[in-house]
Amino acid sequence: MEDHFSSTRFLLISALIVMVGVIITSMVGMAIQEELKGMAKPTLVFLLLFTATGKLFSFVQFIGFFGPLIGIFLGFDSINRERVSRTLTKLLSQPIYRDSVINGKFFSGVIIIGIVLVAIVLLISGLGIRLIGVVPGVEEVWRLIIYVLISLLYISFWLGVAILFSVIFRSTATSALASLALWIFFSFFVGLGAGFLADAIAPVSQSQTYIDPEVLIKHERIQRVVSLFSPMTLYSEATNTILDPLRKTTRGLILMGPLERLSISRFQNPLPLEESILIVIPHLLSIVAITFLCFGICYLIFMRQEIRTI
Amino acid sequence: MENQIVIEAEGLTKKYGAQTAVNHLNLQVQEGEVFGFLGPNGAGKTTTLLMFLGLTEPTSGKVKILGFDPAREPFRIKEKVSFLPENVGFYEDMDARQNLRFIARLNRIPDRISEKRIEQWLELVGLSKEAGKKVGTYSKGMRQRLGIAEVMLKEPKIIFLDEPTIGLDPDGTNWMLDLIHSLSREKKITTFLSSHLLDQVQRICDRVGIMIKGNLVAVGPIEELAKKKLGVDAKDYTLEEIYMTYFKEA
Repeated sequence: MEDHFSSTRFLLISALIVMVGVIITSMVGMAIQEELKGMAKPTLVFLLLFTATGKLFSFVQFIGFFGPLIGIFLGFDSINRERVSRTLTKLLSQPIYRDSVINGKFFSGVIIIGIVLVAIVLLISGLGIRLIGVVPGVEEVWRLIIYVLISLLYISFWLGVAILFSVIFRSTATSALASLALWIFFSFFVGLGAGFLADAIAPVSQSQTYIDPEVLIKHERIQRVVSLFSPMTLYSEATNTILDPLRKTTRGLILMGPLERLSISRFQNPLPLEESILIVIPHLLSIVAITFLCFGICYLIFMRQEIRTI
Repeated sequence: MENQIVIEAEGLTKKYGAQTAVNHLNLQVQEGEVFGFLGPNGAGKTTTLLMFLGLTEPTSGKVKILGFDPAREPFRIKEKVSFLPENVGFYEDMDARQNLRFIARLNRIPDRISEKRIEQWLELVGLSKEAGKKVGTYSKGMRQRLGIAEVMLKEPKIIFLDEPTIGLDPDGTNWMLDLIHSLSREKKITTFLSSHLLDQVQRICDRVGIMIKGNLVAVGPIEELAKKKLGVDAKDYTLEEIYMTYFKEA
């Protein structure tokens, strides 16, 4: 249960993440430096380190996309490796509760993910401070902390998925493939599918000169609702809102109500932290809910499983 | 009967779907006894062991191990009872000491006590020299020795051994049987071993039970079974003969 640290796998993941972190910071840092020239008093620049896309992608996008892989790598063989190496029976014949096995697997994974995330965020912050010479304010630090918490939940969800598959499937290869398949499905196909579905139900053609606004709104709504089924969308909307105080809603421009649009155009002030949080609370709750749901199912299956099915 | 009954099963039944793995098993084992649990592969021996340990719930019937019901109080039993599964697994990338320490911690044995016990048992099973090597490099015989050390670590009252000698060379087998024998004699540990290697069981067991297709067809000291089944009194029977008679009947 405490074997994560020493494993080569963990080293690999950390090395990858640190590398990417450094590359992103230097890239984004340069870009920000350029942009900042001549600006009198920029607001909340520091957070740009995490959200600005630079030449390729931002750190937030990176974690949204590849974060699940960390969870999957840490969890995909947690239970069935014990089965394959025949240590599970032995483990369960010791005076420990059966649930402490699965809890241990899950929470040790969560702790590892937490350590990795905090390390990277600190690394990027440190490098960023040197590069752009801006020190984060209290609010920015808070936003970062919340961001780390959301990411932790998000990656833990994928850890839960991976552990669930490792309970269900006996072969480690199958569980790895199943988790990866689910990851690809949610990361690519839900987004694509949302587009297709929206096109099918409320077609909006680009060539038309006049677009019926109602159809357009319907189109956007469908696309949004469907894509919200993907944890990745939930995560990226939530973190973008938290890290970018200028965003006042998680909705796209078309779907904004008139008042929201008005406020965006009139008031370019950043939102206070509490209000950013208020906006993303539904997203947060959804992420928490799916994480617990996933772990709960996993727990139930593991507790009822026959030992003999080795 | 001066000795206490430590393992007791009454009408114990386990069904996997339509298949009956164990059918109305009645069995009693006394303290300090070496009990051999015989039967062909798939006779339900391992299932019975798992039910004794509370790792599998019986479909019906009762079990009492040291007076506790494994389905309800598995904790009490697992504190005092050890189980060596067939082809026991270890954490391959840890060495012998680390493996033993991990199990000791799961048993809440304080480190300063477990350190001594670990060394003592490594010495006893003859692994002291290799204890620093990763278990992944161990041979089958060494693994089984380590398994015994692991089982003894919590100083159990009963040990359940599932096919303890399978895959061992003759030398290792002898060593294992002698160890089991002396443990049960010196430390008064009740030993319940399942096996299909009859000559070995004959050497060390006080009593045997023969299980075929989920039914316990015979229980008793080997001599008694021989008298009953083969009608021979002399020493010129083997357990194999007795076993085969039962097997053909079933």
